[in-house]
Amino acid sequence: MKQILSVVLLLAMGWFLVGLVPLGQPTEPGRVAQHYIDNGIDENRGANLVTSVIVNYRGFDTLGEVTVLFLSVAGAGFVLRRRDGLVRHEHRPSSEILQTGARMLFAPIVVFGAYIFVHGHLSPGGGFQGGAVIASAVMLLLLADRSHHLPHGLMHWLESMAGFGYVMAGVAGLVVAGSFLSNQGVLPLGTWNRLFSAGIIPIIYILVGLKVGTELSSLLDVMIDTGRPARQEGGRS
Amino acid sequence: MMYLDLLVCLVLVLSGVAAMNTRNLVSAAVMVGVVSLLVSYLFLRMGAPDVAMTEASIGAGLSTIIFLIAIRRTEEEER
Amino acid sequence: MNAVTPATLYLVTAILLILIGLAGVLVRRNILKMVLGFALADTGINLLIATLGSNPERTAPILDKPELLANPSLVVDPIPQALVLTAIVIGLGVTALMLAYVIRLYALRQSLDIRDFGRLKW
Repeated sequence: MKQILSVVLLLAMGWFLVGLVPLGQPTEPGRVAQHYIDNGIDENRGANLVTSVIVNYRGFDTLGEVTVLFLSVAGAGFVLRRRDGLVRHEHRPSSEILQTGARMLFAPIVVFGAYIFVHGHLSPGGGFQGGAVIASAVMLLLLADRSHHLPHGLMHWLESMAGFGYVMAGVAGLVVAGSFLSNQGVLPLGTWNRLFSAGIIPIIYILVGLKVGTELSSLLDVMIDTGRPARQEGGRS
Repeated sequence: MMYLDLLVCLVLVLSGVAAMNTRNLVSAAVMVGVVSLLVSYLFLRMGAPDVAMTEASIGAGLSTIIFLIAIRRTEEEER
Repeated sequence: MNAVTPATLYLVTAILLILIGLAGVLVRRNILKMVLGFALADTGINLLIATLGSNPERTAPILDKPELLANPSLVVDPIPQALVLTAIVIGLGVTALMLAYVIRLYALRQSLDIRDFGRLKW
């Protein structure tokens, strides 16, 4: 009975979706998108229009997004805080080759992630992708050596400072140009397609990259539960 | 190119169905990762390299990893 | 109906992915399988939104060549791409939170079957 009901529901939803989307004809950009495409270079000097939209035109949205990501990570940590009843595995220490290889690969992967988010306004990529790459480097370290302790104090400080810097960049736009996260006149816009260009966009994207990288690293650390003995006072540093 | 797209879409749908039908949770998680990776190819084809990078690194990478961690932490018996 | 374009193919694939994922959520009894279904439907929705803004005659919205700068109408709509980028990252956060709850529920009953958690049902 339930199965039939769900199949009927899904068929109705599929019919609705097929009727909703314009099958077959390509879409032209709307008026707002056309403005971004025509004036994006003049207003922001960032070659990558997606970055301009994310960091500048819809920067407030991105500020909310990193906050949501932080809240979900904090929520996961809160849900998994008490250790009673959770499955805990005995793990053998991994081999010397694996541990040394992971430590050797850690720095190049972090540098690659930093490269991705520093060049976010010029090429595909940006803070979110670079942050994910950095988190994958941290995950490699955690998987190779389960007893590895992440520097939680440094990570929390970095994350708070990145969020604070994002808001401060917005306030600078409010003071100079009269609107939050404005890119006009805060920093020189520079020339098109150079590393030092696009005003505050690369600075904000670097901060977003640091924040997302530390957030996802703490998420992996919370999920993977490196097998430290549960502390009696609860809560983790 | 069109045939490659058709093949990718076919594999996408089939691995989605297989992920929902297999009894093995680990292979289901890996198949969802495969779906994410193929979708990132489609993003690249339609001219969205930013989205393709995000989908490949977050959807296919980190998402699969946290699924595997959760499966390991909810195993029925300790091995 | 004219010839099948890539965009039509992608839209049909996206709708199928959404339906497969939601079918998994509705029919399966394993909680982890339901979360996997959510992730699948999430991917399908992202593909749907990104395809709605695509155009096969235009290129990626990165104006890094002088000829693109001279004629910016050669690039696709950047707004759906920005929205999808946001949605992917939020999707990871939502999935992680759901998985944390799955681990906590397993610790509560030593089971992943949704029928074992019916006590709060009215």
